[in-house]
Amino acid sequence: MCTTCGCEQSGNTISFQKPGEEKHSHLHNHSNNHDHDHEHNHDHDHSHSTKIDIEQDVLLQNNLLAERNRGYFEAKNITALNMVSSPGSGKTTLLEKTISALKDELNLFVIEGDQQTMNDAIRIKAAGAPVIQINTGNGCHLDSQMISKAVKELQVADNSVLIIENVGNLVCPSMFDLGESKRVVVISVTEGEDKPLKYPAMFNSSDICIINKIDLAPYVDFNIEKAKEYALQVNHHLKFFEVSAKTGEGMDAWFEWLKGEK
Amino acid sequence: MHEFSIITNIIEIVEEKLKQLNANIVHDVEMDVGEMAGIDFDALDFAWQHATKSALLKDAKLVVNKIEARAKCEGCSHEFIINDFYTPCPKCGIFKNDIFQGKELKVKAINID
Repeated sequence: MCTTCGCEQSGNTISFQKPGEEKHSHLHNHSNNHDHDHEHNHDHDHSHSTKIDIEQDVLLQNNLLAERNRGYFEAKNITALNMVSSPGSGKTTLLEKTISALKDELNLFVIEGDQQTMNDAIRIKAAGAPVIQINTGNGCHLDSQMISKAVKELQVADNSVLIIENVGNLVCPSMFDLGESKRVVVISVTEGEDKPLKYPAMFNSSDICIINKIDLAPYVDFNIEKAKEYALQVNHHLKFFEVSAKTGEGMDAWFEWLKGEK
Repeated sequence: MHEFSIITNIIEIVEEKLKQLNANIVHDVEMDVGEMAGIDFDALDFAWQHATKSALLKDAKLVVNKIEARAKCEGCSHEFIINDFYTPCPKCGIFKNDIFQGKELKVKAINID
């Protein structure tokens, strides 16, 4: 169970909205009617039972739709990045700076995921990229169905770069493939350097690791080399960028990589 | 933390199967869950207790087969059991593990009347 955020509990409503537009749409979770008490009695007789093989992956539906998204992106030559991190690592600032620097060279589109508010979408629009905000309500992650709907509403252009800023959460989004080309995990030096070991599933499933806020490194006890060493223990395929989205330090290497993906 | 949504998916899979089979009593739902699947087993059990309140599943038991995680060292090809993402190869000591078993998350079977 999503003990912290209660995601996908019955009745949760997911909304999609572009900044400056009144109109918004919803994706409703099917709600099961669970409003009655019962006792769990497991002492039943199994003598007449029949075993039926199912052999079905629990995340099959998400994975199938993710593959459909991936096929759509490939056919339209869209590079899709799934950006994940804990809340407050600086994903949105990183995106704002990326859009400002590259908007004349790349056709950038953004899907913003947060539980509530249009705040991030408003910032991205101001930076100059078309954006749609998904508010997941209680949900702690984006899934492939939300992305499928958001991509249609946003009308992501052919030959573009789509950046999906996932809900700030270093646990749940790791299990949900969105159909992205690459997964980008962001950590900042104001977090612990052992974060890759504490939340290994996310680092294990990512392709790129951006270490942000390096301008603050002299003031905090974060050893960048140690953090990279830990991250490589979890996933030896990771590629790193050390940046300060705020001062611009190290951002050129990230921009070059992003252009190279196109 | 996402075990509730995982359980919701499991219930959908099982209820769909029950509809096809026109069955209405489920004794147990058997699952294969890898130890590195990102699932907290206690949280899964807790979510099951609270989510299976529909008439069809209220007496059903969740049986979880834990699948041990195994990795192959990219350096020396040694295969070994791992309990976390950052265990070095016991043979050559490097951290280049490719996990090939232990990320399973599937509904294996159901026992019905």
